[in-house]
Order: sequence, then structure tokens, then C-alpha cells
Amino acid sequence: MAVTKTPPETGAGRAAGGDRGPVNRRRARATAGSGRMAALLVSPTLVVLAIVVLYPTLMALNGSLYGAKGLDPKTGFIRDTEPFVGLQNYADILGQAGERFWNAFWNTTFFTVVTVGLETLIGVGMALIMHEAFRGRGLVRAGILVPWAVPTAISGLLWRWIFNSDGIANALIGQQILWTTEGFQAKVAVIVAEVWKTAPFIGLLVLAGLQVIPKEVYEAARIDGASAARRFWHITLPLVKPALLVAMLFRCMDALRMFDLPYILVGAQKHSVETLSMLAHHEASNVRFGPASAYAVLLFLYVFLIALAFVRLLGADLIGDVGADTHKRKGRRLRIPALRRAEVTS
Amino acid sequence: MMLTAKWRSGLLYAGVGAVVAYCLAPFYWMLVSSLRRTSDIFDTSLVPSSVSFENYRAVFDPAQGFGRALLNSLVVAGVTTVLALLVATFTAYAMARLEFRFKRLILTLIIATSMFPVVSIVVPLLKLFTDIGWINTYQAMIVPSMSFALPLAVWNLTTFFRQMPDELEHAAMVDGCTRGQAFRKVIIPLAAPGIFTTAIITFIAAWNEFLIALSMTNKPAMQTAPVAISKFTGATTYETPFGSQMAAGVLVTVPLVVMVLLFQRRIVAGLTAGAAK
Repeated sequence: MAVTKTPPETGAGRAAGGDRGPVNRRRARATAGSGRMAALLVSPTLVVLAIVVLYPTLMALNGSLYGAKGLDPKTGFIRDTEPFVGLQNYADILGQAGERFWNAFWNTTFFTVVTVGLETLIGVGMALIMHEAFRGRGLVRAGILVPWAVPTAISGLLWRWIFNSDGIANALIGQQILWTTEGFQAKVAVIVAEVWKTAPFIGLLVLAGLQVIPKEVYEAARIDGASAARRFWHITLPLVKPALLVAMLFRCMDALRMFDLPYILVGAQKHSVETLSMLAHHEASNVRFGPASAYAVLLFLYVFLIALAFVRLLGADLIGDVGADTHKRKGRRLRIPALRRAEVTS
Repeated sequence: MMLTAKWRSGLLYAGVGAVVAYCLAPFYWMLVSSLRRTSDIFDTSLVPSSVSFENYRAVFDPAQGFGRALLNSLVVAGVTTVLALLVATFTAYAMARLEFRFKRLILTLIIATSMFPVVSIVVPLLKLFTDIGWINTYQAMIVPSMSFALPLAVWNLTTFFRQMPDELEHAAMVDGCTRGQAFRKVIIPLAAPGIFTTAIITFIAAWNEFLIALSMTNKPAMQTAPVAISKFTGATTYETPFGSQMAAGVLVTVPLVVMVLLFQRRIVAGLTAGAAK
């Protein structure tokens, strides 16, 4: 329970309400106590995150510098500790095993760019339709949450079934494509499945952005003779941009760590769909923790750089003013992207 | 003019239909396939020629251990949600209400961890848990799950607390409550809907988790439902048991879909406010 350092206000304090002294003192006390209390309330979260995120990350950094147990090439003895190999794992990944790493790197990048691009287009389209529709909006909104609620692993199995050689996808297009075998078609299958699951999510966020745009803005534009296309480009798009960018940032970060879908839909160790997460997982499950940690570190750095680039490039636009009520703006500092809560009425 | 208006609304309905079809068609296909007999599983008719619960019986065949997998999922996702909410409620309150140094930086850090690639912590933790004998335990799945559940909960709750007017506590404090009492007796009861929504969103995220559960278990009895279903075996090793996989998929998804339908307005508000998945 919340323990507070602020002593309980006494009735006497209240009784002296007309006097300015106690009021001021009380306020000063509250501010001084507020820092201590904040520390008390915030620290559990920070401690938990330090244990489950920071510590493993440091362990991964450290682990990536060690090799595998086994025969020591110099002495011919079996070692039971992992030898320190310095940056050898990284050198191997980028040199000897480079082909596999770069393939996974490009797959990850390709999936991220294509899926986030398609999701944005489809999501914005969905949001525009839902925004216009008045009857049945509740139904549509419920329907749109279904793909989001389906576990990714289950959606992988579902699409594996749809893309089966005798499945419905081939029946619909009247062709015999082996979707889940190596090749470009496997990438297509993963992209279709991923976009299905996440485009509605972008649609939902953009819809929330659309609903806070005042109607008067459109009316004014219409009176001024702006066409529908112009209204979209010059009013709708700039005004939903913050909401859209936040959605895209989150989707990018999520796509970069893609694992479940290619792993289940196509399979492990499939060259055409192997992502960085799958590569790291594969090494770890084969007890090669050194290289696995190195892959994990490289993926982490990649995600970090993309996030940084996003914030740097679009920083000013990402502001949703989470702390607007409390804070003065601080230059070009990273602000927490947030969407203003929309009045989502049905 | 009339005609264009008619066309417009017609197009709009077609658009709405397309959106709903896009979202529901694959899910409907899962449902239909799960109700087919094994002999006509490859049918492409939109309704099963004869409805059969054969696949559902196969799912609950004791050899698959699906009941146990459901229980495991429930324990892991449930405990993760409760722990995350317990810790997050206090932090979110501080974030929404108190003034302190580095507040923005701390909140940024917490949100940033939710974007963290899960595999980057799974690899080192797998090694650690192997060394301390935690493989095939619930805590080996719950601890890493906190890495995404906690930031999600903090973020969602912070937005909920922020929407509650300050005057509520001020009034309570003027009436002689301490800040702690105001929090316990005024804020928590009033924020209950927000806490509940956050619990649902966190639970769904934890329930859907796959990579951690896959890495931390190798005994079938400890697998969570998504992992167990992905490893279903058919009558022969060469045949993928699509029917029972679809049936199990429906069973795992339907509770979530029902929750989503019941609380859709709240969930949409929570998702769009948090902008986090």
C-alpha cells in the first residue's frame, strides 16, 4: 500500500483556514514530501525493469564476448567453462557467418518496411471509412479488434492453413503455389498474415486521431471550395500525422523483432524468411550462447538506432503532450509519444 | 444530386463491408475449418457440409495435454497481469499526479523498454535459468514477461489517472485525508474501470506471448497453449493436424474475442490512449 511521509492534516490546520500561514506551510510540506513519495512509488517499477531488462542486456553484452565450451584447440582438453574470445563472435557473424546474418538483417528490414508501409495505407483507408460511417460503427469497431486479439502464434497457424498447397488461398486464385516453401512466395505469405493482424490496429489509432478534428475545419474548407482530395491532403493528413507517426513508430519497433509469424507460418531456419530474432533464438536453443548473445546485441542496437532516427527525424511531430498539464516544453527533447484520448463515440 | 448521395452512401456501406470482411474472413475460416470432419477438411465450401465436433474431441484427447496447456497459459498470463498491475498502479499514480525531477526521462525510459526486442533478454535469461534450474517453471516465463507487461500497464494507467480531475484528491485532502488515503479511498475506486481495462490489455498481451514460452520450456506439460498448439501432432508425423489446430486456435481465441466484444469501447479507449500494443 502507498506509504506516505506526509503527516496527516489535523483538524486544527483546517480550522485555521482563514489564516494564510498554515496553508502555505502545508503546501510547502506537500511539495517537499512529493519528491520522496514519488521515489517510493516509482522505484518498484524501476527495480523490476532493471532486473528483467537492464541486467539481461548487460549479461548479453558480456556473454557475447565468450565462446563455446568444448575442446580447447590449444591444449586438447575439454573445458567446462566458456573461454573469453573478445570480439571474435562479432567478427565471425560479420565475416564467416556473414551471409546468414546479412540475409536475416535484410529479411527483417524488408518485412518492416513493406508491412509497415502496407499497414499504414490500409489502416488509413479503414479509418477514413469508419469515420464516415455512422450506422454500425460499434459493430465495425468490434470486428476490427478481432485480428488484434488473435494470438500471433495462432494467426501463424491459421495462415499456414490458408496458404496450404490445397488450401483456400490457392483455390481462390486458381493456382498451385507452394506458399510455405523457400522462395519469395513465403515472404509474401508472411507479409499478408502480418498486415492482416496489424492494419486494423493502425486503423483504430488513426480513427482516434480523426475523431478529434473539429468539423468546423472541414466546413470552412468546403465553403472555400476545397475539393475532397485537397481537404484530405491539407487538413486530414497533417492533423492525424502525430497519431499516425506514433502508430508507425510502435509498429516498426514491433516488426523489427518479428519472430512468431515466420517461425510458425514457414518454419525455423528457412533462408527466405529468417529474421534476426529467429537467428538469435536458433543459436541460443543450440546452446551457442556466445553467438546468440552477439546476434541479440546487434538486433538491440539496430532497433535502438531506428528508434533514435525516428525520434530525431520526427521528434517535433511525435509530441502528444503527455505531460502537457504539468510541463513546460523543453526544446527538442524526446517527448513521450502519445495520442490524445479521443472521444470514441459510437 | 440525389443519385450521387445514394451512390456515396452505397459506396460507404461497401467500404464498411470490405473492412469487416477483411478483419473477420480469416477468423471465420478458422471457425469453419474447425467444424469440418477430417475427411472433408480440404473442402472449400463456406459452410461445413456437416457440422462435426470431431476436431474439438481430438483437441481434448489426453495425449495432446491441451487442458494442461490452457492452465499453464492462465497461470502465466494471470500472474504476470496481477504483478504488473500491482507495481504499475503506484508508479502510474506518481507519473500522473506528482511533480519530481527526471519525471519525463523516467517515463520515456519505461515506455522505451516496451519496444525492446524480447529475444535480446530471452537469450541471456535462457542461459541464466538453465544454470539455476528454472527451465520448465512458471517463474521462468513470468519474469521475462514482466519486461513488456509492466511498461504497458504503467503507460495505460498513467493516461487513465491523468484524466481524473485533480480536484478529487484536493477535496479529499482538504477534508483531512493524507495523500495515501486520498489515493486508496478516492482514486483507486474511481479508477477501477481504467485499472480493469489495463488488466485486460495486459492479460491479452501476456496470453499471446510465444517466444518466451517457447524458449523457457521443453517439457510438454509446462508449455503454454500457443506453444502446445504449434506442436500438435497428427495421427502420423507427416500429416499436419490442421483440423485440431484450428479447433484449438478457436478455443484459445474465443475467450479473448468475447472479452474484446464486451469491453470494446473501453479497450479502444485504452489502446488509443496508450498507443502501445
